[in-house]
Amino acid sequence: MDINERIVDDFIRNEIGFVTTVPCKQLSGVIDAVEKHDQIHHVPCNHEAEGMGLCAGAFLGGTRPCIIMQNTALGVTVNSLAALIQYYQMPLPMLISYRGEVGEKVACQVEMAMHTKPILQQMNIPSYHLHKADDIEELSAILNHTFMASKPTAILADASFWSAT
Amino acid sequence: MIRSEVTKSIIPVITDELVVCNIGLPSQELFMHDDQPSNFYMLGTMGLCSSIGLGLALNQNAPVLAIDGDGSILTNFGTLATIANNPADNFTLLIIDNGSYGSTGDQPTYAGKKTSLSKVAKACGCANVIECQGEEAAEEVGKALKGNQMTIIVCKCESGNVPVPNILTHPVSIRDRFMTEVEARN
Repeated sequence: MDINERIVDDFIRNEIGFVTTVPCKQLSGVIDAVEKHDQIHHVPCNHEAEGMGLCAGAFLGGTRPCIIMQNTALGVTVNSLAALIQYYQMPLPMLISYRGEVGEKVACQVEMAMHTKPILQQMNIPSYHLHKADDIEELSAILNHTFMASKPTAILADASFWSAT
Repeated sequence: MIRSEVTKSIIPVITDELVVCNIGLPSQELFMHDDQPSNFYMLGTMGLCSSIGLGLALNQNAPVLAIDGDGSILTNFGTLATIANNPADNFTLLIIDNGSYGSTGDQPTYAGKKTSLSKVAKACGCANVIECQGEEAAEEVGKALKGNQMTIIVCKCESGNVPVPNILTHPVSIRDRFMTEVEARN
């Protein structure tokens, strides 16, 4: 099965009904798959903090949300994660393209890659790294865990993962 | 008329609508005038009131009123484009535009200078945008809540603040009681 359809299947299996996205080249396939799925309400947003507001609203409305974004945005969402998602104890799986890892072609992306895991660790956000193709087997359990714990989680999918799948 | 008077004036027209309220003094004023479990008070994250309101409106059926401010909209300017392109007919966005960042000491915003938020909202593609004065807010909000058409109201008023209590309700309590209200309406 195509990896992007597999990801969306795992969203559905975990009753995710609202997804907001900010584009990344690595995420174009999964964003297309989200857009095409008739059980997912897809709202593209302009900024990841805005996306977290939309996801918070969706959760308050009784729908399980997810945000798809690039790791370079992590720096501009720290306050939204801390003072909205964590403060009100809301679940939010973040499917994040982990740019700047081995295989990256744009040198500048390496700069935020170096800060990605330290920021997540500093914020006590459970983080999972999809590196090999088989790592996708973990996704459904990670999503389930996110809603069980009612916390934000980061699912970092790097270049090796996307190129292997 | 200042923001707290506008807020007080619209309370009679809010019946059982879900309310998402902007961070800082706006939430504190609503809390002081009319604390309800159907109010979601923002305690952090400047700028996200309209986004939370839209996300809520798109994911359940009850009418939603987001009470936002000009400074907050400027902080999250992309929100008007997202709202325009993802209309929810159960959503009313009230932007109380006093031309200042009230909670931080009334520093002027650009909305009080050359920038027209109602024109920006229209340019973003919002179909139903109303600009009114503080005295007209209650009537316009009342009409919008019953109109079954997404409405953006930019309510111009004077800057200025009144003493208000802090909101000591725990965030998880605010969230929990709000979600109970959402469930009861759906």
